Amino acid sequence: MTADIAAILAIDGIATGAVYALVAIGTVLIFTVTRVIFIPFGDIAAFTALTLAALDAKQLPGTVGLVVVLACMACAMEVVSLARAGELRAVPKAVLFYLVLPLIVVGTVWLTMRFTPPMPVRIVLALLLILPISPLLDRIVFRPIADASVLLLLTVSVALHFALVGLGLLFFGPEGVRTEPLTSMAMEIAGVHVSGQTVLILTAALVFSGLLFLFFDFTLIGKALRATALNRTGARLMGIRPARAGTIAYLLGSLMAGVSGILIAPVNTIFYDSGFLLGLKAFVGAIVGGMTSYPGAALGAFGVGLLESFASFQSSTLKDVIVFSLLIPVLLWRSLASQHSEEEVEE
Amino acid sequence: MTQMFSIENVSVAYGKVEAVRNVSLSVEQGQIVTVIGPNGAGKTTLLMAAIGLLKSTGRMVFQGNDLARIDVEGRVERGLCLVPEKRELFADLSVADNLLLGTYSLRDRSTTRKSLDDVFDRFPRLKERSKQAAGTLSGGERQMLALGRALMAKPKLLVLDEPSLGLAPLIVREIFRTIASLRSLGVSVLLVEQNARAALETADYGYVLETGEIIQSGAADTLIHDPKLIAAYLGGH
Repeated sequence: MTADIAAILAIDGIATGAVYALVAIGTVLIFTVTRVIFIPFGDIAAFTALTLAALDAKQLPGTVGLVVVLACMACAMEVVSLARAGELRAVPKAVLFYLVLPLIVVGTVWLTMRFTPPMPVRIVLALLLILPISPLLDRIVFRPIADASVLLLLTVSVALHFALVGLGLLFFGPEGVRTEPLTSMAMEIAGVHVSGQTVLILTAALVFSGLLFLFFDFTLIGKALRATALNRTGARLMGIRPARAGTIAYLLGSLMAGVSGILIAPVNTIFYDSGFLLGLKAFVGAIVGGMTSYPGAALGAFGVGLLESFASFQSSTLKDVIVFSLLIPVLLWRSLASQHSEEEVEE
Repeated sequence: MTQMFSIENVSVAYGKVEAVRNVSLSVEQGQIVTVIGPNGAGKTTLLMAAIGLLKSTGRMVFQGNDLARIDVEGRVERGLCLVPEKRELFADLSVADNLLLGTYSLRDRSTTRKSLDDVFDRFPRLKERSKQAAGTLSGGERQMLALGRALMAKPKLLVLDEPSLGLAPLIVREIFRTIASLRSLGVSVLLVEQNARAALETADYGYVLETGEIIQSGAADTLIHDPKLIAAYLGGH
């Protein structure tokens, strides 16, 4: 391997790593706030790419149907549980949040599509359509078992991923898509060709993690999310509802996953089931970072991206094997280096 | 005086074991009421039920509202705030952020700045350490932060669980002085303590809890001279 090739592989790896980093940060965010390891994040990213491709082709994306179905289910569940608790006064608010708001999003997309909007608007529409999915899934799947063990939540999360892949096939069909490139710019840095897409991916990763950092540091809601992650009982005693914090975490996480989906859509062909590997590699990155640290997760994700890039040069068939083998030494090191703690004490 | 908070025939069970049995007590507006009793009497359990972290049977009424269907967060929003025995601070957040989170339950946060200054006036030590992570504080400072954080929420009834636990005598005195000064703010206090003497000296009214039941109650200055209580809890001073 020459230095030139190494440089190209490194740039490629950093770009891939940046995409993983966005998903990994979302994974850490959801895990610390809700204790759920949200495996379907990769699917959310893939669905965003598929949604954008459909919008590009001037079709109504399958996401519309998915959101409507999930909104109806979530709303029905919320109303039933409120009725059981005798809280009928809260029903209109629940219908507003779980049914009307998602339907407004769907309606907005439907209306805007009649005017063949330009690319940036289509990207915003794709992100808008994706945002409600995770919070709705949270209401349908995880809210009823919110106090369960981390292991049970993980098991359900894996099952949810497979259900989503099925739904993806149903709503998006089996064809793969590749969206228009976001930019055709290219530049040379120290003699190495860097595509505009790579620059865009890196910038987006930096901007969105920067925004998340600002949100955590300067807003009360951001601090409330961190507080929930640090101490659930303490947060509840401040009047912070874990369920609401979870919804905000899912929204933010989906935004990160959605952005990563839009960034890879022009580079890789995306199928309804492409999300799994993306989510899994981001998860490996998050594990390398210890599942609770944002900078750790981002660094881990960049590591995974670089390793994957160099591995695919050495042996493209074995690249995933090499990446996932990385987990073994990392887990070994983690279990030796850190005090083994039983699952956090439940309140 | 109007009734602030009342507990009627409340029982709390862990599985089949009843930790609190048929307890009734009440706190009047502006009053400091204490529940004293030995370790394991069910004091903390009673408070956890009062804030809604534990399920209980019986009736609890706060400012005319039956609490049965109101969750922990709803009780906090109505001004019923608990400072738990374990403090439950946010260890990695700064002292200032911990205090700011105390205002989360308030609709109107325009007075946050003033509340923060009030807390810093009350506990100058917290001001010095406002940028420090809460996890780096000493035991006494942690209790001050937990108290300050609860005060940021502008509570109507402050429920304190063993505020003197594990603290040096000098700091204990400071904490009790703070509790006594809450009267002038119009905050009612329900105080649970093992340090019976300090608690009764601060409080208006007292209840004695033993093995999950109230065995005695009365004005604090009567209880403090009760020979049986002196023998059991107050030491032979």
